Amino acid sequence: MITLGDYLLVSAILFATGFAGVMLRRNLIVILMSLELMLNAANLSLVAFSRFRVGANGLPNYNAQVFVFFIITVAAAEVAVGLAILVALFRARQTTDVKDISSLKF
Amino acid sequence: MNAIVPWLILLAPLGGAGVITLFTLRWKTLSSAISVAAVLVSFVCSCLVFAHAASSAAQITWIDVADALRVRIALTLDPLSRTMVLLVSGVGALIHIFSLGYMRDDQGKSRYFAALSLFMFAMLGIVLASNFVMLFIFWELVGFTSYVLIGHWFYREAAADAANKAFITTRIGDFGFMIGILMVWMATGSIVFIEIAPRISSLTSYPTFLTIAALLVFCGAVGKSAQFPLHVWLPDAMEGPTPISALIHAATMVAAGVYMLVRVAFIIQASQTTLLIVAWIGTITAAMAALIATQQDDIKRILAYSTLSQLGYMIMGVGLASSEAAMFHLFTHAFFKALLFLAAGSVIAMLHHEQNIWKMGGLSKKLPITFVTFAVGALALIGCPPFSGFFSKDAILALAYERNMPIFAVALFTAFLTAFYVIRMLVIAFFGNPRSDSARESRESPPVMTLPVMVLAVLATVGGFGFFARRFLALPVEKHIATFVPALAVIALIAGSGLAVVIYRHRETDPVDLKLLRHKFYVDEFYGWLTHWTQELLARVAAFVDRWIIDAGAVGGSSRGTWGIGALLRLVQVGNLQAYVFLFGLGVVAVIYFAVFR
Repeated sequence: MITLGDYLLVSAILFATGFAGVMLRRNLIVILMSLELMLNAANLSLVAFSRFRVGANGLPNYNAQVFVFFIITVAAAEVAVGLAILVALFRARQTTDVKDISSLKF
Repeated sequence: MNAIVPWLILLAPLGGAGVITLFTLRWKTLSSAISVAAVLVSFVCSCLVFAHAASSAAQITWIDVADALRVRIALTLDPLSRTMVLLVSGVGALIHIFSLGYMRDDQGKSRYFAALSLFMFAMLGIVLASNFVMLFIFWELVGFTSYVLIGHWFYREAAADAANKAFITTRIGDFGFMIGILMVWMATGSIVFIEIAPRISSLTSYPTFLTIAALLVFCGAVGKSAQFPLHVWLPDAMEGPTPISALIHAATMVAAGVYMLVRVAFIIQASQTTLLIVAWIGTITAAMAALIATQQDDIKRILAYSTLSQLGYMIMGVGLASSEAAMFHLFTHAFFKALLFLAAGSVIAMLHHEQNIWKMGGLSKKLPITFVTFAVGALALIGCPPFSGFFSKDAILALAYERNMPIFAVALFTAFLTAFYVIRMLVIAFFGNPRSDSARESRESPPVMTLPVMVLAVLATVGGFGFFARRFLALPVEKHIATFVPALAVIALIAGSGLAVVIYRHRETDPVDLKLLRHKFYVDEFYGWLTHWTQELLARVAAFVDRWIIDAGAVGGSSRGTWGIGALLRLVQVGNLQAYVFLFGLGVVAVIYFAVFR
């Protein structure tokens, strides 16, 4: 039997992987991908909550699922903006390595 | 009797001052006419009020704070204030008329008369005030008008300085006065004179508090009546026009201090310590001023010191618990001192503003009317019988003889000195040979100036007689010692006059030269030194605070602190995206830790 805990564990692993990717990878595209991973980890745990929190009428709690749809929509928009910035950055700097983009400091 | 008439005494001069200042500053003759008319209205109303013993005045409630403080704009119309109003408006009217002649060609004539009217308003206000708040307001107004009038010729540096000195010095006294008023209010819960009187007598639990309050109230009189140690302003105030010296700095304003003390005599007399201090301050002032006067050369300064000395006598009378004697001397002094100043003013005007008695001489032939009137004033001042000064000074001397022997001795010595310096002035200025061209060419003054002087001369002569003075004042009771004391006083008078005549007859320069007296006991120098060092010390402290605490500490410190914190925070701003992510993650962990596990 797969319990809520299992889902949450998978979600946590996904999130940790994503976070590690954001923190450690140098390529901006990979960082964006890792961000998506983190978002979807959150989505997974929300859907799992929805599935396992069944109300008195026998229906799952749809609030969490609505939330997930919003996140998917926003994530799509975010990727569009992020990639646009990335393209603009590449045109300006000929690089997508975050190590080379460190001029915004004192 | 109409309740408006007493108010008219007060409001006529105010109206005069207002009209002159607002509308007629350009027309000098009209301004002076308005001012004289205003003071005459005041005088007539005063006579009416004086004649109707049972007169009353309307009153207005001004401040009313839930029973804690109730201030009414109301007038006191008791025998004391009725006499004083008559005196002030009467002498004031004569001096206004004299001013018409003295200030005839002055550029600032309108300003002068406006200020004179304002002064009359303020002085009459002091006299008529029914409570401490009103009294204090008029008290300050008098100080202000005195400042304006001393500084009338403000383009002369000496006059401007003297005006400042007078204002600041009297303010020192007034500060104490204000605290004294507040203390009396604290103790009795009232600021109205007639309400305080019964409460003070029932108030025995705080004798020290009451003594301090009384002494602080006395402080106001010390400043205004120029008593030691705040006497320094009065001689310098002689820089103002001579009628001003006569009105403000001899007859009325300086007497306001004495009047105020008589008005609140119940506070002063509540404590023996206060009485003793008051009496000795008066005695010291009387003796010291008389000593200084013996070595002065400026005719107005001599008169100023004689004023100080006579005010000392009055304060002495107050301190000896006899308001009657003090008021009697105030009454006669107002006449003969106004007379002396106006006569001196007549001399000064005719000698083209020469005030040094050594540049005069032989004026008895050139200015006969002025000489005779001046002599009458001088004889009254030294207390020569039968002139008015004899009676009033005698009353105070008898009182001192009865109550305090040391004070009597000093007072008698002062009487001797008074005779000496007054006769010295008379001999030098009016006898012998003229010592300057202006003295040789002088003529008698016009009637507008001699008439008021003659009226005052008559008053100064008869002012002391019982049948005259009793109409206006409650005279002190005469005792059996009153035959012995006058004899001593007359002996002192003859000794002083004789000595002066012997030393100063036919002299061209001063044979006596006492540095200590010529420099007025170095009091001015001492004050100069004191203020200099106090200022120096304060300035040093202020400089230290400014340079080290404000500049280095507050301003420099905050700038350096901001720099330091900025430098620390700068270490965090590495510009590396992933370092930020790491810190962000740490932050999230910390937030979750505190939100969930705590």
